[in-house]
Amino acid sequence: MSRQAQAAVLFLIGTALLHAGLTNLYLRYVKAGLQPLLLLSGGVLILAALATAWYEWRRARAEKAHADIPVPDDSHEPESGHGHVHREPRISWLLLLPLFALILVAPPALGSYSAVRTGTAIQQPYGLEKLPADNPLTLGLVDYATRAVYDHGRSLGDRQLKVTGFVALDKSGAPYLVRMALNCCAADAQPVKIALTGKIPPVLQPDTWLLITGTYSAKQTKDPVNNRPIPYFQVTEAKPVPTPKDPYDESWNQ
Amino acid sequence: MAITTEPAAPTTETPPTPETPAEPPAPAKDGWQLNSPLVLTMVLLLVVLAQAPIRTALSAPVMQSWMTVFVAVVVQALPFLVLGVLLSAAIAVFVPATWFTRALPNNPVLAVPVAGMAGAILPGCECASVPVAGALVRRGVTPAAAIAFLLSAPAINPIVLTATAVAFPRNPEMVLARFVGSLLVACVMGWLWTRLGRTDWLKLPAHEPHAGETKGAAFWGSVRHDVMQAGGFLVLGAMSAATLKAVAPASWLRTAADNPVVAILALSILAVLLSICSEADAFVAASLTQFSLTAKLAFLVVGPMIDLKLFAMQAGTFGRGFAMRFAPATFVLAIAGAVVTSAVLL
Repeated sequence: MSRQAQAAVLFLIGTALLHAGLTNLYLRYVKAGLQPLLLLSGGVLILAALATAWYEWRRARAEKAHADIPVPDDSHEPESGHGHVHREPRISWLLLLPLFALILVAPPALGSYSAVRTGTAIQQPYGLEKLPADNPLTLGLVDYATRAVYDHGRSLGDRQLKVTGFVALDKSGAPYLVRMALNCCAADAQPVKIALTGKIPPVLQPDTWLLITGTYSAKQTKDPVNNRPIPYFQVTEAKPVPTPKDPYDESWNQ
Repeated sequence: MAITTEPAAPTTETPPTPETPAEPPAPAKDGWQLNSPLVLTMVLLLVVLAQAPIRTALSAPVMQSWMTVFVAVVVQALPFLVLGVLLSAAIAVFVPATWFTRALPNNPVLAVPVAGMAGAILPGCECASVPVAGALVRRGVTPAAAIAFLLSAPAINPIVLTATAVAFPRNPEMVLARFVGSLLVACVMGWLWTRLGRTDWLKLPAHEPHAGETKGAAFWGSVRHDVMQAGGFLVLGAMSAATLKAVAPASWLRTAADNPVVAILALSILAVLLSICSEADAFVAASLTQFSLTAKLAFLVVGPMIDLKLFAMQAGTFGRGFAMRFAPATFVLAIAGAVVTSAVLL
């Protein structure tokens, strides 16, 4: 890849990073805390592209001024093809792949496919925060699962709860509501699952985002993948909602 | 799926951009030569034209999940790669070579632990340490010391150790064990290099001569070269990590956890294959609840030192001959170091 082409690729990658960082696109792939670094590196890459273009232009001008005054038309110059062109690593072409993936396809955040294949990642909490007294109470899915399993729902009682997550169906067709919990990027995202019982909509499409209203259920099941507990949730109402701004649960980062 | 309609918006800005930076130099090429700016422009235009069929081909859940992990690894690693590349360019251009000979002990046996400890000040993950170590070697630092730095920096810096403490609230000794184990392995690898290492294994890519250039030109030349090269290898590593995550079943881990020896080996191999950033690997290790602490420590010591993404980047920076010898040695020593450390500390 010549330096001009490298400058172009650097510029495009920088722009793609800035674009992803300034919209909510980056939240599909990495944690929210990475945004400043993402913008900064996008800016540096654009700067590197401009600097490369500028130095290339200066070099080309200097070469023109020095080299061949006797031959004004430089249509045939065999030496410029061999002596100068520096062999740049071919591997750089691979950088086009994430560029296309990010700009043209922009794959969605991890969904039911990964959720079903991976075991629930519920973790024993070290201390639970006191919940506000609201009724109905809006609760994170990971928070509900943790309280249901490790606190046996004591802090939940029979309050009305509102939980958001996406639908995943296991092999037998049993419905789960899932949120992927994330520490750094989607490569380390792990699902936390709750099983649904009660008034479940008759037809559930995997990956649909639902806001479910209902109450704590003491029933539990085991995740077939890793044998960890999955609590149930007694649904009274389920309503489709758009994908949230940050599709992942980042509560483990705080 | 409402999401698929969204990405159409950014595509409108792609076609004009390739021309902008490529225009000023106006290369005077002879006749009909297929040069890379032309190829690049054609590839970009073709992909933009064919985006609808490409998207339908990629709409299968396996492919989508593969792409998400692939993009995630690249997007997450790029900022750290850029940080490391800036630092390595600054070392190559602004720090005189004599400074390192004065800062490090002359005796390589002593220089190794000093360089290993110096790894604690590089904030970030393993993607940053590869280009910095490359710049150190090019700057005349003994390879043994650069290797110790390369291996210790991603594992023992404060950010990674804090993340480890947060991930293991009930086992604070994990933080100490990770620090000691990683530093130990890094030093042993450095010392091993002073005994067995041969400089002809190292094939540092020839940077263009810095002599006639201004400092600015040399700095940005180094940044461009390292981002393009290490970035290419990063993409290679991200592809293999995404393949593992999307294709391999997670259930085999359950059987591996039962046998203590198999468990250590399984998590070490998993660390290599997953290629998770060292800032996040502690959380993944903590979630593998059915495994012993020793196995988890092996995961934490092996991961930042050698994984698929790192192997690709090391091969690009130091040459394939080096990486082929270095990677297996690191893998074996890292497991041994983790087992020894956990026998003493855990």
